[in-house]
This record gives sequence, structure tokens and C-alpha cells, in this order.
Amino acid sequence: MSLLYVRRDMLAPQAPPASQTGAIRWIRENLFSGPFNTILTLLAIWTLYQLIALSWPWLANGVWSDANSMADCRAVVAANAGPDASGACWAMIRERWHQFIFGFYPPELWWRPILTFALLFVALAPVLYSDNKGAVAKMCGVVGVLMVLCLIGADGFSAHTVFAAAVMAALTAIAATKPRLLLIVTLLFPFVALWLLWGGAVWGPIVALIGFMVLAVVYGFVAPKLGPVMGASIGFIAACLWWLLLQSYVSEAWQALLPFELIEVDSDKFGGFLLAFVIGVASISISLPLGILLALGRRSDMLLIKTLSVGFIEFVRGVPLITMLFTASLLLQYFLPPQTNFDLILRVVILVTIFSAAYNAEVVRGGLAALPRGQYEAADALGLDYWQAQRLIIMPQALKISIPGIVSTFIGLFKDTTLVSFVGLADPLRGITTIVRADIAWKGIYWEPYIFVGGIFFIVCFGMSRYSMYLENKLKTDHS
Amino acid sequence: MTLVTEPPKANFRLGMLIYDTRYRSYTIQVIVLILFLMGVAWLANNTIENLAAKDKDINFGFLWNRAGYDIDQHLIPYTNDDTHFRALLVGLGNTLVVALVGCFFSTILGVIIGVLRLSKNWLVARLMTIYIEIFRNIPLLLWIILVYVVFSETRPAPRDFKIVEGQTSAAHMNFFDTIAVTNRGTNVPAPLLTNPLPTVHLGFLPISLSLIAVIVVIAASIYANILLRRRTKVVQEATGIRPTIWWKSLLILCVPVVALLFAMGLHWEYPVFKGFNFNGGINIAHSFTALTIALTLYYASVIAETVRAGIQAISRGQSEASAALGIRPGRIMSLVILPQALRVIIPPLISQYLSLTKDTSLGIAVSYLDLRGTLGGITLNQTGRELECMTLMMLIYLIISLIISAVMNAYNASVKLKER
Repeated sequence: MSLLYVRRDMLAPQAPPASQTGAIRWIRENLFSGPFNTILTLLAIWTLYQLIALSWPWLANGVWSDANSMADCRAVVAANAGPDASGACWAMIRERWHQFIFGFYPPELWWRPILTFALLFVALAPVLYSDNKGAVAKMCGVVGVLMVLCLIGADGFSAHTVFAAAVMAALTAIAATKPRLLLIVTLLFPFVALWLLWGGAVWGPIVALIGFMVLAVVYGFVAPKLGPVMGASIGFIAACLWWLLLQSYVSEAWQALLPFELIEVDSDKFGGFLLAFVIGVASISISLPLGILLALGRRSDMLLIKTLSVGFIEFVRGVPLITMLFTASLLLQYFLPPQTNFDLILRVVILVTIFSAAYNAEVVRGGLAALPRGQYEAADALGLDYWQAQRLIIMPQALKISIPGIVSTFIGLFKDTTLVSFVGLADPLRGITTIVRADIAWKGIYWEPYIFVGGIFFIVCFGMSRYSMYLENKLKTDHS
Repeated sequence: MTLVTEPPKANFRLGMLIYDTRYRSYTIQVIVLILFLMGVAWLANNTIENLAAKDKDINFGFLWNRAGYDIDQHLIPYTNDDTHFRALLVGLGNTLVVALVGCFFSTILGVIIGVLRLSKNWLVARLMTIYIEIFRNIPLLLWIILVYVVFSETRPAPRDFKIVEGQTSAAHMNFFDTIAVTNRGTNVPAPLLTNPLPTVHLGFLPISLSLIAVIVVIAASIYANILLRRRTKVVQEATGIRPTIWWKSLLILCVPVVALLFAMGLHWEYPVFKGFNFNGGINIAHSFTALTIALTLYYASVIAETVRAGIQAISRGQSEASAALGIRPGRIMSLVILPQALRVIIPPLISQYLSLTKDTSLGIAVSYLDLRGTLGGITLNQTGRELECMTLMMLIYLIISLIISAVMNAYNASVKLKER
């Protein structure tokens, strides 16, 4: 008996219909899945078309060289693309890039900020990639090569280039063999940067550094007996004594003994992205520890410390940064002893630091609040004291939770460095651009400088936010 | 046998102030208090010495002197003969107007962009991502200056609008000849009433009863609409059938206002080119326009991110469950996802409104005369009273911030999940 209606051999699967595969299906599902979606897609395409139609001729007719003024640019565009065509005048950036980057820093000394900028990455590398030794060395190498290219581009090939290249090569070698040693570079970086950027005798920063060593030594003696808080305070007092009483004598004595100095550069020569980075990096690096302390203060059991922290944080968060900056430029002269007059950049850095410390404090407080009580109780049960518990158990978790918030505070701070133009510093956005636009040769230029400055800000801020996502992923310990 | 262990009654020794955790916190607080008071005293002393050296005193009397400068945009009547205090109020009003308008438009734009960023439409989602990243990562100041420069340098001068017989003018007005954007400002039609209600003078502040009447009528219509919706819900729960009410809502919301405006004789005064400039209508300065547009665009990107994070915080199960119940995608968003996401969105939204309000002080870049421009700008420079002006300005900003966060926290508490 045979069952003829049963098929014996399987049919080969047929290819899906053309509308269900490949690009057509993707377009149908993602762009035209319904009337509403179709309208949206058409609107988006129309917007894109308008944007491109408006900006493409302008970009394509852009003039990169052979022009030293707006009139030259217009002439070149008219010659190339006809009398009515519009064209970007990037030649302005070719002529003025150094003001956007360095402000009025003397051209023969440009190697110093460039080297400092490269060292910044060397100092950051061991912090950014704490568990990836290869990445540290790679980063140092790449930064070194880029730095040499920048130096040759900015300065020509000179002894400074060789010196800077040698420094970077040595640091890269260290990074490749003993990456942990680079942490010393990280600790020394503030002093090196201070000296390289402002110049002057080398002994100033060195003796200031000794103040921190005094702090460390005193802390080492006192902390085991009286606890970390007393240790830190007594050490701080000792260091302050060193800075206030001995600093100038010791550094002058050494300068007389072994004179070694770089040409001094005044603060009013700083400008452009150099200024933005000086303020940004200094404030970012100081405001995080300060913010953590404020957050701890706000959660403290001690009523007085809590009240002071809350008052400070709420006051600073309640007023605009501009008023803080005006305080730095107008009011600080009232609050300090008569005849004290210190650097405007330093004043601005202090106020910006205070500002972003309050925001960081709130972010860190959010992280602390998100930790379950069990963590604190477990730390107590293990017999850890307050600072041990914070250092070993609470902070690593709380900071991990608050990474996105902290990084967005940093991004905000870096963007806010543009506001220093209102107290008379030459920031890249308003300070330098105003100078360029006020020049008779570049009268009437507006898109190009803003696109240039905005582009650099975008790269830096976008880079920071991408790094925070990488860090979040790296530190993620939960499942899934 | 006692159940409670008595603490050892050791004799108090001085060393316990440092070693004993029970007393140490007091020691630390006392030291901090002393340091704090010393710091305050030091600052106060310095201030007094510095003021004495400059032959100044702290005196807010200057607020009642004649200001002597003009403010183009003023919500309350103001001339340059008025006092500095009135200039302060005008500036405060300008700050609040920009903040309100900015918050309103950036919320609308931000919610739309945030929702569209999660859209399944690949192209739209990408475009929104690009928008958000570009605006978030570039300083707000750049947008303010750029918008201002574009308005004041690319727009034609008023004389280009001049119409000569037989020739076409160099520039045209927009929106059926009602709005003219020149390089000096934006001329928009002004609403006028033929038979308005009287204006009440309340000390220094004139209050237009017509405006109050419009506001009252709108509020009453909205309240009536809420009552209608509530009743509809009761009917639906009792019978299972939802009565159609959209036309009733529309009537309740629109008819009273339209009737009132018609009764008061609303008509528009259009800007017309006469002589050398535009006459009639309202001239909005580019500083206001630029500040508002830039704040809106920038904060829309920030709010969009907040909205996206809030929506993504709602688990997929919610939307899947609603889909299983047969709710349409648009209604899933409005009925299920958004109400829940709102709880996540509101706290960060509060702080964004706060920063927007504080960032209105960036109007300095385009010479917008807000609180900082009047009190902290011209008044400060004219009188030379930095200490008083700055203190007062910081105080006012602080109060605004505290009020916003108090109002928003109250709202937040009312929508919070009610748990046991």
C-alpha cells in the first residue's frame, strides 16, 4: 500500500519575495512602515535636502589659501564660481589660527604650551587606562608623534623640537616598560605645567612642590597617632607655613645659587584654547576632590559641617556662573587684604573650581544616596573607620554610579570656560573671535570662526562623553 | 542583672576629645566653627578696611536715585527718569520673560526631539541624535552669539523694505506682509483693543484689566474642560461607553475667549514702512530673539536627552503589555509610557529649568538688559557700588532659584509613586 498523497522528498526552501529581503525590506520597515512614518521620512529628507542645498555650494566654493582679507576671498569665489556664488573663507583660519590656539603667547615660545599639552595626555594616560598597559604606551607614542608634527608645523625644526621629542620618547619608553612610573608624571604635571606655561625660575614650582612633601611627611607622622583628619589638617597647616613663610626665601636662595629659568610669560598673553584648557583642566582636577569632600560633608552626622556644606552648595548652585566671575574680577579685591593683587586667571580658576565643585558635590551625593545601607553597615561590621570605609567600600561604588554625572559636569565646565571673556580674558569664542571680526580685513565674517571654534569644542566635549561611556562599560560589574 | 550594659564610667580625660569617637565629633565641630568664624571675621575685616581705604560705605540708598539710562524692552512703564530700583525691576522682568519663554519652547521642542530620537524611523532617529550631540557639545554662548550675528548681519536694513512705484523692493516682509525682520529688530503686529477694560494703577504697577479678564476666562475654560473630562470618565466607568467629547472640549476652550476678544474689539496693528523705518506694531530687539532662540535650541537638546532617558527607564514590558491589550502605538506612548516616564523626567527637568533661568544672564553677550544688564551692568558702572549691586543681584538670582526648585519639588512630590 502506498500513500501517494504524502510527499516523499522535501522541497527546497524558496527565496523570500523581493519585498521581504535586503534593502527594500529594510527601507520599508525602517522608513515607510506607516503613513505617519512616511510623512516623517519625507520631512526628514526634505530638511536634509534644504540644509545641503543651502550649505553645500558655500562649503564647496570655500577658499583655503591665496586670500588675506574678506575682499580677496570674495574675489576668489567670484572668479571660481561666478559673481553670485557664496563661499566659505577658511583662509581666515589659516591666517589667524595661532590666535585661536595660543592667544597672544609669544610665537617663539609656542613649543612650551605644545609640550605641556602633550604632557597632559601622558599624565592622563595612566589614569584613563588604569588597567590597559598597552593603551598607555600607545597613547604616549601617538601623542609624541603628533606633538613633533605640531612643533614642526608651528615653530619649524629647532632645538626645542628635539628636546620635546626626546622628553616624549623617554616617557613613551617608560610607559612601555614600567607604566606605573607614569603616575609620578601625573603627580608632577601641575608643577611642570605651571613652570612651562608661565615660565620664570624653576625653583618656584619645585619649592611649592616641597610644601606638598612637607604635608605628606607630617601626615605620615601624625596620622597613625591622631587619625587621618587631624593628620591632614596638621600637615596642611605645616605646608601653609612653608608656603607663606619659607617659600619665597628658599626659592630665591636656590635661584641665586643655581639660576635656571624660562622666559616669563604674563597672564594677559594667554588666550584662545590655551586659556580654555588651562582653566578647564585646572578646575576639573581640583573640583572633583573638593566636590567629594562637600558631598561627604553634606551627608555628615555633624550638624555644623552639614549646615555649612548645604549652605555652600545651595548658594553656589543658586547663582549664575557669570556673577561668580564678576565676583572674581570686581569683588575679590574687597575681600582680600589691601594691596593684594593676584593673577586674574588664578582668580577665575578658583571661582570656576568652586562653582563646579558644588555641582560635583550634588552628583556624588546622588551616587552616595544610591548605595544601599547594607554597604555602610557592612563596612562598620568589618571594623573599618570612617575614612577607611569611604576609601575602600563607599567611594569606589558611589563614584562608579556617578560617572555620567561627573563627566557631564566636566563637559559643562569646559563649555563654561567661554564665559571668562566677560571679565576681560581672551577666550577663543568671544574674545578672539571679536578681535578677528573687528579687524577691517575680516569684517563681515561670521560663520567660519564660529564653526571652527564650535568644532573644536565639539571634538573635546564629544570625546569626553564617549570616554565616560567607555568607562561605564568597563566598570560595569552587574550581569547582562 | 541589668539588661542594658552601662557605658564604662571612665573619668573624662582631655585626650578623649581626640581619641574617643563620642567626643571627637564635638572637637572637630568646635574647631571648624572657630575656623569658619575666623574666616568670616577676616573677610569682613578686609572688606571694611578696603572700603575705608577707598572712602566708600555700604549703602543701598543709591537705588532711589535717578537711573538715567534707557531700557528698550520694559514690561512695566519705565523712562530714564525713573529710579535704579525701577530699572532693577525692569531687568528682573526681562530675565523672567526670557526664562519663561525659553522653558516653554525648549520643553515642547525637547519632548518632540526626545521621543523622535527613539522612533523606529532610522533616518529621523539619526537626525535627532545628530541634533542633540551638536547642540549639547557646543557652548551655549556660541549659539547665542551666532544667532544674534546672523540676525543682525544677514538681514536687510529697514530702508531695503521701501517700496518705490514701479520697482520691487530689495527685501520683503514675511507671513503675508505682517512680519518684517530687519537688521535692527523684528517687527511684529501689535494686538489692539477698540473698547478695552480700564487699567488699574496699583502703586507703581499699572495692571490692564483686559489682560486679567483674558487670563481669567482661559483659566475658567480649562477648569471647565477638566470637569467635563472628569465627568466623561465617570460615565465611561459606569457604562463602559466613552461619550464623544472632543467637540465639546473644543467649544469650551475656544468660544469664551473668542467671544471676549470679539467683545473687546481685538484687531491687529501691522508694521508699515514709513519714511526711514517701520511704524506701528511691536519691535522685538534681536538681543531678545537671539537669546530666546539659542536657549530654546540648546536646552531642547538637553531636555531631549532627559526625556529619552526617562522613556528608556520604563521597562519594555510596559509597552509590550499595552500592545498586547491592543492599544495603538501613539496611545501607548501618551497613556502608558509618558505618565510613568514623567516621574523619572521631572527631577532632572527641574534642574534644567534652573540652569536655563541662570543662563539667561548670558544675555550680556548680546547686550540684553536683564537683571545682570541693569543692576549688575549699567547701574553698577554708573554708581560704582560693586559690593551692593553684586550682593543684591546674587541674592535675587538665589531667591529665583530657590522658588523654582521649591515649586518643582512640590510638583514632584505630588506625582511621586505613592508607596506604603
